[in-house]
Amino acid sequence: MEPRLIEILGSGCAKCEMLAKHAEQAAQELGLDYALTKLKDPAVWARYGVMATPALVVDGQLKLEGRVLSAEKLKELIA
Amino acid sequence: MTTDRRIAWKPQAVILLALIGVAAWWLVYRSLEPFASWFAFGLLGLSSRSPLGTAVAFFVFEAPKVLMLLAVVVFGVGIVRSFFTPERTRRLLAGRRESAGNVLAALLGVVTPFCSCSAVPLFIGFVTTGVPLGVTFSFLISAPMVNEIALVLLFGLFGWKVAALYAGTGLVIAIIAGWIIGRLKLERWVEGWVYQSGFGEAAAGADAPLTWNERTELGREAVRDIVGKVWPYVLAGIAVGAAIHGWVPQDFMASIMGKGAWWSVPLAVLIGVPMYSNAAGIIPIVQALLEKGAALGTVLAFMMSVIGLSLPETIILRKVLRPPLIAAFVGVVAAGIVVVGYVFNLVL
Repeated sequence: MEPRLIEILGSGCAKCEMLAKHAEQAAQELGLDYALTKLKDPAVWARYGVMATPALVVDGQLKLEGRVLSAEKLKELIA
Repeated sequence: MTTDRRIAWKPQAVILLALIGVAAWWLVYRSLEPFASWFAFGLLGLSSRSPLGTAVAFFVFEAPKVLMLLAVVVFGVGIVRSFFTPERTRRLLAGRRESAGNVLAALLGVVTPFCSCSAVPLFIGFVTTGVPLGVTFSFLISAPMVNEIALVLLFGLFGWKVAALYAGTGLVIAIIAGWIIGRLKLERWVEGWVYQSGFGEAAAGADAPLTWNERTELGREAVRDIVGKVWPYVLAGIAVGAAIHGWVPQDFMASIMGKGAWWSVPLAVLIGVPMYSNAAGIIPIVQALLEKGAALGTVLAFMMSVIGLSLPETIILRKVLRPPLIAAFVGVVAAGIVVVGYVFNLVL
């Protein structure tokens, strides 16, 4: 099976880093096989239709925009 | 949310609890002023005419008052904003003509969740989907300038008139400055790749409407997030304000920031633009300046330029805007703020 692709869209701001950390923790606690990348290019954000960062994309699906959630809540979006 | 493990409260219980909460909040809020006087002049035994006594009373009254107002308003605004996502605002503004579009954009700028760190993706989303450039700017100008923190602090410290004045003039500046930027036909100074970015091409998954539980959760999140972040600035600002309140002589500011000093308005804007602070840090200081004789127009101009125009935001926007457009943006808004400053000094 392909690893789950978790993408964090953000400029590297404090909130973006926090979302990446929580997503990483959620994926680990779920025991997923995953790959996490941070996308810092606004042109890429635009393709996903994102207008507020940080945003979370899982396997190409936009799951969360402009918010940081706890690892616990992110599990629902990533699982 | 299907896996919500919290107890499902009955609506009646929620309403009752909310009412009790509001009543308790109101009682505490009303007793802050007597408490502050008792604390400073009774418990500590300071003289109500000494600088230290007035400064302490000022701080003990203002700090909890402003934080309490802030928590309530940020919560309310968090709920209101759950109805206005950037996506929805974009759809409302797409294809609008100028004038009416500028007005709508400035108003939506007040209620749409916005953080200057998201100025770039928002700008791309707007201009690539048919929101005119000038209308986009009306939004980008009003969103940071007319925000709930500024309004709460102004209301809490100066009353509703000054708060309404600030909101009204902030909106007018956003509307007119955006309209002028639109008239100047500056589209060629937007970075070329922006229009080729294919906004939303890879988008998938529609948003389900939020439930009321999720909306109140967003409100609580906003309180944690915003109040958790700005309270040190509020306290620091009020402490400086308290010091000025206690020690700076009456009318000291009148000579440098009073109505008579014509150059003080442009100077206040020149100093304010490169400064970056959130409303929470600047307003308590502004209050103390006003109290010591600074003119309202000058002080409002200073505040607007600090909150509405900031160096970090222009640096962020450089990713999508070329320097002439950035210069036009800063120039038009700064000019608008100067005009507002003069008008208030003349009228009031």
